[in-house]
Amino acid sequence: MQFKRQIADRLYGSWMIVSLATILALPLVIGVGLYIKAAPMLENVSFFSLIFSSEWAPSAGNFGFRPFIAGSVHVTLLSFLFTAPVCLLAAIYLTQFSTRTLVKIMHPVIDVLAGLPSVIYGVWGILIIVPLVAGAAAFFGTASSGYSVLSGGIVLAVMCIPYTLNMLIEVFNTVPSGLKEASLSLGATRWEAVKHVVIRGNYPGIISAFGLGIAKAFGETIAVMMVVGNVVKVPGSPFDAAYPLPALIANNYGEMLSIPMYDSALMFAALLLLMIILFINLFFRYLIHKTKRQ
Amino acid sequence: MKSPDTEMPESLVEILTPSVAGRPALKVSNLNVHAGNHHILKNINLEIPENRITVLLGPSGCGKTTLLKCMNRLTDLYRELEVTGSITIGDDDILNSTTDLPALRQRMGLLSQRPYPLPVSIFKNVSYGLKLKGVRDKRLIAFSVEKHLREVGLWEEVKGRLNAPATSLSIGQQQRLCLARGLAVKPAIILADEPTSALDPTSSKIIENLFREIKKHYTIVLVTHVLRQAIRLADHVIFMHDGEIIEQGNPGELFENARSDKLRAYLIDGN
Repeated sequence: MQFKRQIADRLYGSWMIVSLATILALPLVIGVGLYIKAAPMLENVSFFSLIFSSEWAPSAGNFGFRPFIAGSVHVTLLSFLFTAPVCLLAAIYLTQFSTRTLVKIMHPVIDVLAGLPSVIYGVWGILIIVPLVAGAAAFFGTASSGYSVLSGGIVLAVMCIPYTLNMLIEVFNTVPSGLKEASLSLGATRWEAVKHVVIRGNYPGIISAFGLGIAKAFGETIAVMMVVGNVVKVPGSPFDAAYPLPALIANNYGEMLSIPMYDSALMFAALLLLMIILFINLFFRYLIHKTKRQ
Repeated sequence: MKSPDTEMPESLVEILTPSVAGRPALKVSNLNVHAGNHHILKNINLEIPENRITVLLGPSGCGKTTLLKCMNRLTDLYRELEVTGSITIGDDDILNSTTDLPALRQRMGLLSQRPYPLPVSIFKNVSYGLKLKGVRDKRLIAFSVEKHLREVGLWEEVKGRLNAPATSLSIGQQQRLCLARGLAVKPAIILADEPTSALDPTSSKIIENLFREIKKHYTIVLVTHVLRQAIRLADHVIFMHDGEIIEQGNPGELFENARSDKLRAYLIDGN
């Protein structure tokens, strides 16, 4: 009996270690795989000239990724501008001020929004947002089809809101009620208590939620691809079309592979995407570490 | 080190020193609290004498904390609670909807079961209430922080690390910091909700001794279920059971000649 229990103990122990090692190895394996596939590209042209060049002419052998990087950054930043204030205030309201009934109604709504396939957001974007953005562009005296950075940003924001909101709700729910009561007892109004205790005490959690939201937004593909226009140029205004990195890969992989180096270029785009998301995560880890120390 | 009192400018006396004379005691009349069908507090009538330690004694779940939270309207945070009756300080009924809650709560310092230091430095924990009061003078704030940290006997322990996070203190020190922070806003009444329940015996003794010291300046309402603590500290005892006040009065009389079976049983169990 005792022997059986010891065997089981060891078995579960090894199982956990193997699972953990698999998870740890995944990003490494993907990264190395992408690097090997992208290597031919990097042998011919330097890394920096690839990411800073704007010239994209695959048949002529020119692969400049700047328009794609700029497209991704613009759409992501715009979506963050919409997502951050909405999520922060909604999470504060739901955890600090709202009635239980409203919370009970909102939870399934948020879950449904989070679970919707991104192609549905894309279709919604084409039918509703793109025409609205085209109208807004006309109002501001700019010609735009509506397929633009702004449309991409809005659709991406709507997709990221349930994701970020859920994380912020989790973060704010961890604030002990005694801490809020302490702040109120010292003469704070409810908003002051929220500001000083719920927000300030949770900077690391808030940063972490935003960081994960941005990383998710950066890699989002289908919905953005459907509304952003997919034109290879560095966007000059929110009404301009753009071509984000994930869209480049999704639109072209498996096609035009007869062009020399094209396959390698797309793998380089994937590697770049992985590196940027890794960088975003590291940057937010650093911010969390810094705020925790303070 | 000179005592801060000798350095206090005349103009600051009013802001920093709690005045004793004329401070009305608190009176609770016909207070009932319901949470749905559950009757938590049943027709509570009591008076809190000034500059005394009033102990709310009773078993866990008898409604002591709810009664305490009615006194600074923290019950407002719980929508399910329905509070009726009156709690008056002087002529003001604090249950009135027009009550200025931040001002009321600054008059009723709260010390909770376990310390909840704000997520800022030791210094900022004590200066927090003053800033909410609108005090901006840095000299005055620094003066007040030192005065109240001295008052709770924490100054010598923390004076070299006032900018360290309050959470770096031991739990006993944190509770004294919370007391200092409450005293800094110059309350008239201190509501202490089992303030030593999370502390070791030494830290508990420090808090108890502090209460004996500061009752000269403050009226203290102490919630406890520890009979020995009540015997050590109480000037006035209110014994509660199942949402009702069973007996109240002078501790000597109450503990010697308990009239109700419930209090007699509690005294036997507690000893």
